[in-house]
Amino acid sequence: MKPVYINSLGSISCQKTFDNSSFLDEIISYEDHIILAVDPNYKDYISPANSRRMAKGVKMGVVASKIALNEANLETVDAIITGTGMGCLKDSEKFLSAIINNDEQFLTPTSFIQSTHNTVGGQIALGLQCKGYNFTYVHASISFESAVLDAKLMLENNEANTILVGGVDEIEDYTCSLHKLVNHIKKEKVNSTDLLRSKTEGAVFSEGANFFVLSNLKQESSYAQIVEIRTYNTLGNTSITDTASAFLKENNLNTEVIDLLILGNNGDVRYDGFYNELSAGIFKNTQQVYYKHLCGEFNTASSFGVWLASKILKTQKLPEQVKLNNIQPSNYKTVLLYNQYRGENHSFTLLRRC
Amino acid sequence: MSKGIAITGMGIISSIGNNVEENYRSLIEGKTGITRISKIKTIHKDHIMVGEIAFTNQELEQQLGLTPDNDYSRTALLGAIAAKQAINNAGISNINTYKTGLISATSVGGMDKTEIHYHDYFKDKATQKYIAGHHAGDSTQKIAEQLGIEQSLVTTISTACSSAANAIMLGARLIKSGQLDRVIVGGSDCLSKFTINGFKTLMILSDTYNTPFDENRKGLNLGEAAAFLVLESDKVVQAENKPVLAYVKGYGNANDAYHQTASSENGDGATLAMQKALKIADLSSSDIDYINAHGTATGNNDLSEGRAILRVFDKHVPDFSSTKAYTGHTLAAAGAIEAVYSVLALQNNVIYPNLNFKTQMKEFSMTPQLELKEKELHTVLSNSLGFGGNCSTVIFSKKQ
Repeated sequence: MKPVYINSLGSISCQKTFDNSSFLDEIISYEDHIILAVDPNYKDYISPANSRRMAKGVKMGVVASKIALNEANLETVDAIITGTGMGCLKDSEKFLSAIINNDEQFLTPTSFIQSTHNTVGGQIALGLQCKGYNFTYVHASISFESAVLDAKLMLENNEANTILVGGVDEIEDYTCSLHKLVNHIKKEKVNSTDLLRSKTEGAVFSEGANFFVLSNLKQESSYAQIVEIRTYNTLGNTSITDTASAFLKENNLNTEVIDLLILGNNGDVRYDGFYNELSAGIFKNTQQVYYKHLCGEFNTASSFGVWLASKILKTQKLPEQVKLNNIQPSNYKTVLLYNQYRGENHSFTLLRRC
Repeated sequence: MSKGIAITGMGIISSIGNNVEENYRSLIEGKTGITRISKIKTIHKDHIMVGEIAFTNQELEQQLGLTPDNDYSRTALLGAIAAKQAINNAGISNINTYKTGLISATSVGGMDKTEIHYHDYFKDKATQKYIAGHHAGDSTQKIAEQLGIEQSLVTTISTACSSAANAIMLGARLIKSGQLDRVIVGGSDCLSKFTINGFKTLMILSDTYNTPFDENRKGLNLGEAAAFLVLESDKVVQAENKPVLAYVKGYGNANDAYHQTASSENGDGATLAMQKALKIADLSSSDIDYINAHGTATGNNDLSEGRAILRVFDKHVPDFSSTKAYTGHTLAAAGAIEAVYSVLALQNNVIYPNLNFKTQMKEFSMTPQLELKEKELHTVLSNSLGFGGNCSTVIFSKKQ
């Protein structure tokens, strides 16, 4: 089996992450319950005609993928695999509200056409004229991990050499209003720096796109090696501690060799316990990091976690603002990421410096 | 590593039957499930026809033994029924004996509930239980729960009308690589106002019975359905001495990279998908005995797919038919529905008639199989083509 590397990345998030030459040099702080991605200059990447037709999610996906391709110095790839928890919410909602509010009359097809979950993957392929394998995963908080798992399978078996893999989700008002009704979005506005001290239900919702070129050929620009990725629909009767230990054991590792633990805490008092169990338990002597105070919560927010891990592994720099504790190792070699959403769809991702 | 990818169980619910046997009977009797719509209130009811499943949600909930406070969308209900049939058919009593995953496919997800309760959500607290079920992965989580799958690889694919074919493909690759011993693969989509109006605005809904590959085809009929297959590794088949229904022999996915919804005139994507699948199967085009075509009966699909078939098979196009005239186009579920039909064709050595065909298309001289045909079958190729240029082919075979 061939090793799998992260050769390049492109990120559009609530921070100014679209410029790969910087790394969280300047942090934007928010005080809200819904936060939006910082727009790059889309015109630098997409023609105005195309840009007009694209909702923000599609634009973010297309541009993040272009940034990643540029960094890897590639014109195209062998396959495109996308993860999106909610799909093209803006166009779906536009079409749905038109159906309901106009009693199924006076409809135009544009928003329906763009509403399909695989619009981002399809548009990237169209732009690159890439006729290769093209999948879209839509499984809540493991949508992105499913895409990585698929790409890894393909690269290890040499079925492809370069694959564009990404996670993308966009914010849409109606959907947010529903998630407020059921307290999945926090009732009160929260300051980014106080996220984990909020002691309230729900998360701060947001959006973003993080794309990566994965390859079984290492480049000078490579960020990290993806050693393993595993998803769990539920934990059953097993604790997260036992699940984490079993995962490490299967990879012939133990907690001591993990230099950095990256956690998906979102400040939801009902579900942050999963993270707290690990940080106060078997990983209490490990340097810990969180990131959803920077990028917010969305189904593919964990792709921002992988972006962060990749940057840390390559630069060997750990920004102060993401630290949960202060146990600085001499260097960062092995990084474990853990994420879940509302107690379901847990994932472990293991990265190594390359 | 597993050399073979065995299909050891199947389950299905569609407008032509509530289980595998009923579906097979309708297929060989040429009985369509296309009718006027009865369960969704739509202003288009007199202008469209659909493949609707007779059971109400309440009846489906009872079959699953769900309490009235359940929060299942119709997509989840149909999916759970079909997936449970599949594991019973495979004789699985304890699902967690082997490393078992679930890959489902859907395009509609919980949209049926969102469109019903769109305004009610803000007024009626009792409806709010459906809010978290809107996203596509929710139906899959529920199916996994119904099957008792825990701590495992459970995911959802949504690539429009090729989704379930892609679920089969991923499942096959996970078995082949040894990541899973067993995986339940398939898809589920219910009818919804969203898709009815979507396809209506694209002007590709027929106002009468759909007629695949016919010169005067007027478009598709939407359908609702769910189907799942149990895929198992050589190891499980040997250890359990399992009867094998058929094998997944080859698979291929390619992108047309032509247009967000329309297929290229020459069927580039579909051609590539079929060629890739033949290569994986290590077969030549002459080894294919029957093509279960995507054949949606839209002007665009049947022309593009027909040309792609000609490019791959040239002068030796095998018997082919589309079963969309029976079930309607069941969107993300179609690839799984037609996988079940392909396996039934292999098991029974029959080719189903392509209903409603009268006139050959003027662009090429291809006539689908028009009568039920009995013939020894070894390999069946099934196409699924979707929005976003997504083209998929799966090849099923009697032998490994």
